[in-house]
Amino acid sequence: MWFEDLMFFVAAALALAGAFGVVVLRNPFYSVLSLVVHLIALAILFLLLHAQFIAAAQVVVYAGAVMVLYVFVVAYVGGVEDDRDRDPGVVGQLGPLFALFLAVELVIALLGTGLSALDTGGAEIEAGFGSPAEIGELLLRKMLVPFEAASFLLLVAAVGAVVLARKRRGLPDEGIV
Amino acid sequence: MSATTYGWLILAFPLAGMTVNALGWKLIGGRTAGWIATAAIFGSFLSALGALADMLDHHEEERIFTDALFTYAETAGFKAELGILVDPLSLFMCLVVSGVSTLIHLYSVAYLESDEGYSRYFAYLNYFVFSMLLLVLAGNLLILIIGWAFVGAASYLLISFWYRRNTATAAGTKAFVINVLGDVGLVIGAFLLFSETGALDWAGVFEGSRDAFTTNDGTLVAACLMILVGAFAKSAQLPLHTWLADAMEGPTPVSALIHAATMVTAGVYLIARTHPLFEQAPAAADVAAIVGTATLLFAASVALVVTDLKRIIAYSTISQIGYMVLGVAVFAYGAGLFHLMTHAFFKALLFMGAGSIIGAMGGIQSIDRMGGFRRAMPFTFVTFTIGALALSGFPLLSGFFSKDEILAFTLNRGGWYVVLAVLAYVAAGVTAFYSFRMVFRVFFGEPVPEARELEGGHIAHHDPANPMTGEPEDTDVGFPGPEHHIAEREWPMKVAMGTLAALAIVGGAVAVPGLTDTLEKFLEPTFHESRHIEEHPSDAAEYMGLAVGALIGITGIFVAYLLYIRRPGRTLALRERFRGVHDFLERKWYWDELIDAAFVRPARAAGNAGRTVVESVLVQGVIVGGATGAVRAATSLARTLQSGYLRAYVLLLFAGAGLLTLYFLIAAS
Amino acid sequence: MDVAWFLVVSALIFCIGAAGVLTRRNPLVVLLCLELMLNAGNLALISFSRMHGSGDGQIFALIVMVIAACEVVVGLGLIVGMYRRRLPVDVDAMSELRG
Repeated sequence: MWFEDLMFFVAAALALAGAFGVVVLRNPFYSVLSLVVHLIALAILFLLLHAQFIAAAQVVVYAGAVMVLYVFVVAYVGGVEDDRDRDPGVVGQLGPLFALFLAVELVIALLGTGLSALDTGGAEIEAGFGSPAEIGELLLRKMLVPFEAASFLLLVAAVGAVVLARKRRGLPDEGIV
Repeated sequence: MSATTYGWLILAFPLAGMTVNALGWKLIGGRTAGWIATAAIFGSFLSALGALADMLDHHEEERIFTDALFTYAETAGFKAELGILVDPLSLFMCLVVSGVSTLIHLYSVAYLESDEGYSRYFAYLNYFVFSMLLLVLAGNLLILIIGWAFVGAASYLLISFWYRRNTATAAGTKAFVINVLGDVGLVIGAFLLFSETGALDWAGVFEGSRDAFTTNDGTLVAACLMILVGAFAKSAQLPLHTWLADAMEGPTPVSALIHAATMVTAGVYLIARTHPLFEQAPAAADVAAIVGTATLLFAASVALVVTDLKRIIAYSTISQIGYMVLGVAVFAYGAGLFHLMTHAFFKALLFMGAGSIIGAMGGIQSIDRMGGFRRAMPFTFVTFTIGALALSGFPLLSGFFSKDEILAFTLNRGGWYVVLAVLAYVAAGVTAFYSFRMVFRVFFGEPVPEARELEGGHIAHHDPANPMTGEPEDTDVGFPGPEHHIAEREWPMKVAMGTLAALAIVGGAVAVPGLTDTLEKFLEPTFHESRHIEEHPSDAAEYMGLAVGALIGITGIFVAYLLYIRRPGRTLALRERFRGVHDFLERKWYWDELIDAAFVRPARAAGNAGRTVVESVLVQGVIVGGATGAVRAATSLARTLQSGYLRAYVLLLFAGAGLLTLYFLIAAS
Repeated sequence: MDVAWFLVVSALIFCIGAAGVLTRRNPLVVLLCLELMLNAGNLALISFSRMHGSGDGQIFALIVMVIAACEVVVGLGLIVGMYRRRLPVDVDAMSELRG
């Protein structure tokens, strides 16, 4: 038990540190790397919650594929330190304040309202909870429609990406790189 | 055929004449339109005679007939139908109207010959006669009001007949507007009566008013006063008289028909018809008597000084109708209607004579330019003088008996009516004076160039111009035709004028006091329920009145003779000496200016104020501008949110989410 | 651990992501912060799934991941397009849709 609690705090700390890193670091490439750390910490948290498949998917899909995509784009567009963010403006100064306010609010909501169910470690679960078998069964039975819709959405996104990225013939392109 | 069938025929003939002339005007040439119209009205007259024959066949008690063609509406306790009432009063009016109209149509056949709008004229004239007969034969208030309105429309059409003349169209509008005022009064009066009695037909209204009202009941007096407003507007009494003088812009036969013989007598007819109401509300009758007297004095005084021939006769008409109104207001119905009849004869005759004179003058109407036509136009001279004598109340002519009978009845009422009678006698003297002012100015004295030309056998010709303002015109459609006609040369004019002259002389025979009372006996079935039917002045009083009247009339003629024949130029000296009075009278006691200041200017000012203040400032500025300004201001606030900056949007999003969470947090705790 | 702790962590990550979206001007970094927020949502979903003992929350989290992937693809495509047309790759510069 103590191991789980320890892992929780370590993973939580890593996740928060990664999050901070994304927001604070100037170089976008460093932000991407920070996010990867955050994602892996999050996967550990998922494991603690008995969501094995989701944790694996997080690492493979999110940290593996999506972040690689990000790295490619950062390499293409500009990963060098830019002084864009020197002057955040009024919004940039108010922003963290709002976030803080929201955080306080949410924490009070979670801890102070006395939701009794939150004080438990969770319901009784049997052995196969969160396993690929269970996920697969849910996907193909109860959640078939969202599953199919999501796959359709992926198709649309892929087509959209191709359309966005190709060269347009006939239009006056001012010096396409 | 029954009397009511004749009644429908009386209405049908002029309607047919109007339709034929109106629809077939292109096919009808020459004088045919005139003959068609005259024949139509003559047919109407014959129908009226037929109805008279049928009525006389019946016993005195059964001489009231009603008939209805169809019912407009019949609901709970209310029935509106196209109904006519043929009783002695309406038949009397029909005879007078259709008879005099026939003669005036005959006269017009020749008078308007060269006018481009010949057929249109006769269509309008037939329409007018139809409307007047409808008014007179109306069996209920609804048809009366319809006839009333039609007559007003016909008057407008005929006054502005020469529609390219600005003064004519302005006069037509003026007449119509004042007529509408009267219409409103009549409708309000009718409604007040209907609301209390629940009936529209005459019998129902009179019976109902006997039950519903006490003597001088407030509502009844109000209703009668409203009816008087209508009557005064139509009959050109004070204060609604200003339109009649201007109405002389129309062709002379129109003035003869509408503004002498028939339309202006509609008010008198109305008061006579609604006599039970006035007898039940003597206060209203007294108002009518006072207004009638005031009018007759006022108009007589103005006729002393105006110089346009037709306008002198117009003011004379206003004055004589004042006598008729006075007559019916003191409940002397027979006398008032008798004067209506004789006045129709001699006033139409005077207008016809004036038309002949104006024709001889080549279109000029001012008596300042006339003189010495006696030798050049003998027939016109004789007939015109007969008319003037009748108007002055010269003994034994028709006007003599009718006017003085009214005054005898007025004196007989006693009390303060004596004052009215005295004033009326004074005005009678003035009447005699100005009648012969006309005669002496036009026919006596040195012949003017136009008269000399006519003596030489040739009608004078002047360039066509507006007789009032002198503006040059042409003779195409919308203006008078190029030819002028005089009675001596046109037999239709001669026949018409001759007939009227004969009637003006002998017309008095129907009601010579002490000898004949044909008219009064004939009208008795209509008026037999009047409380005042027995209040007859004694024969002695009547003879006294006749003598006084004759004396006053002759005196007036004599004074005119002195001033115009014996000492010509004296009147000019008098005018210089009494310049102020003369101007006051000539400006018609400044009535037009008064109305202008009291109504026209405030209305214009109100309109201007409405335009500048209410419309521009209030509506455009405050309401429209304010509304749009407020919306703009409110939305400009929303517009600032659309800055285009993604991060600002996101901030708002998060702020909203945070506040929402806060709300739920507070709500749940 | 109590489920509440996980939820607190999720809330904190969400707010950090929100702060990042508001503060940064590089669209790439804004997208990254968006990812943070989505992940926070995922964590909450998994926590509640554990709490109720049903797998529906996990499926929901899976679908959210799919959505995130699609969004990233399209967003990065846009950024690449911006870069290739030599437009300033700056969130504040893209402000023509204003009222």
